[in-house]
Amino acid sequence: MNMTQLPIIKDIYGFLGPDLLVGVVGLLLVLIFVPLNSAFLVWVERKVAGHIQLRPGPMEVGPHGILQSLIDAVKLMCKEMITPDLADKPLFWMAPCIVVIPAIVCFVVIPFSPVMQIRELNVGILLIFAFSSISGLSIMMGGWASNNKYSLIGAVRAVAQSIAYEIPLLLSTMSVIIMSNSFKMSQIVSDQSTVWNFILQPVAAIIFIICSTAETNRAPFDLVEAESELVSGFHTEYTGMRDALFFMAEYTAMFIASSMAVVLFFGGWHGPFFSGIVWFVLKAYFLVFVTVWIRWTFPRLRFDQLMNFAWKVLIPISLLNLLVTAIVIKVL
Amino acid sequence: MTTTISDLIPPLMVAQAAFVLMIVFTLAGALLAVIPKKIVHNILGLALAMFGITGVYLYLGSQFVAMMQLLIYVGAICMTYIFAIMLSPPLEKELPKRNKLKVITATAVSFVVFIVMVKMIMSLKFEPIADIARDWSIETIGHQLLTRYFLVFELISLLLAIAIIGSIMVASFVRKRN
Repeated sequence: MNMTQLPIIKDIYGFLGPDLLVGVVGLLLVLIFVPLNSAFLVWVERKVAGHIQLRPGPMEVGPHGILQSLIDAVKLMCKEMITPDLADKPLFWMAPCIVVIPAIVCFVVIPFSPVMQIRELNVGILLIFAFSSISGLSIMMGGWASNNKYSLIGAVRAVAQSIAYEIPLLLSTMSVIIMSNSFKMSQIVSDQSTVWNFILQPVAAIIFIICSTAETNRAPFDLVEAESELVSGFHTEYTGMRDALFFMAEYTAMFIASSMAVVLFFGGWHGPFFSGIVWFVLKAYFLVFVTVWIRWTFPRLRFDQLMNFAWKVLIPISLLNLLVTAIVIKVL
Repeated sequence: MTTTISDLIPPLMVAQAAFVLMIVFTLAGALLAVIPKKIVHNILGLALAMFGITGVYLYLGSQFVAMMQLLIYVGAICMTYIFAIMLSPPLEKELPKRNKLKVITATAVSFVVFIVMVKMIMSLKFEPIADIARDWSIETIGHQLLTRYFLVFELISLLLAIAIIGSIMVASFVRKRN
């Protein structure tokens, strides 16, 4: 039966109009997807870590422990939320609320398939970069408001790191953008129908993946929450659901970064046999898997190594790559 | 003909409500940037004001400028300020009292600047553009920067380069002295 023939759906469609209906339904789907995705990724992380370390990982709840993170989420919701006495109370309360905003807003422009995109924007890629900078702001708010030396050091590191790695991230994205001549995400994907940008821009792709790992504060760049030296960095003082919100934001940021890499370099929804959404999700989760794999394979960098790597290696290479791309496009 | 949501709530009203909300954000952020004594609150107020201005740009139909505003002012400038200010005195310490003379001078100066800017804005005659259906801002800004404002553009990048070299020099002098 065709869904559009149901009178109630037709009425809703007529009442809201196409734009608003897509917006409302899309945002509802995102609000369902974001927590489920984070729960799934926490499970993936623990499973992959387990198998890399030759142990099975969580096994008790559900088949191969797949329901473990849902149970953990229930536990976190039941926990008391402690606010330290000397904390800056309004900021301490606001930081975990603000950190989830970019996690939700960025999904608005990601094209999962030619039709599955909540809103097409001319500046889609810029929107994602602009809103991800807000998550850095909330990390800093949380770290400073906790009034704890570990939190503060974690937050200072987060700010320094995100400023340093945002530059090569933007530069490597720019070399794709001047190839497609557009900030539209769907335009960039449809330009890759024959050849993926990964083949044309391998340097930019590798720089993008390195920098997005750093921007999402993942190992080997996880100095922000380096547990062996900073307890757990900027969210040391957070408990219960507030802590869980920071985790949710981190895992969602990982998924968004992988989706961006898929859109920019790995051909988006293009692929044989299956429909677009299947390919997109498969590619995105594969890249997430690669990030998890990297985390459990490489040791953490020292802070000066981290900074030197960004300023002295990545920025010159990405600038050179941008220059070469511009020259090649102009000559050809 | 069925009733649609735009019959109940006209789109123009929604746009105006969003505009008013953004103005409230901007003004509240500006006040937060001046009044509280804790310096991190001031910076976050500034970030809120910049966020409000982003909304105003969106209302005016320039998505590119809006995103750049968010990316540069909230993402880069406020973050850099915070980086410097995070190492400011901790919360439990007594904050120094405000110098009344400084507050009065600052208020007077900003009032004069406000009057001048309002006069300047009032003296300009705004005319509605015929067609704002498509997002023209990226192309127009690119063309203008590389033609009409080319000299200004280059001079600003020169200024920034000088500022960077200067700050490196200052930092290395301090390091040598220590």
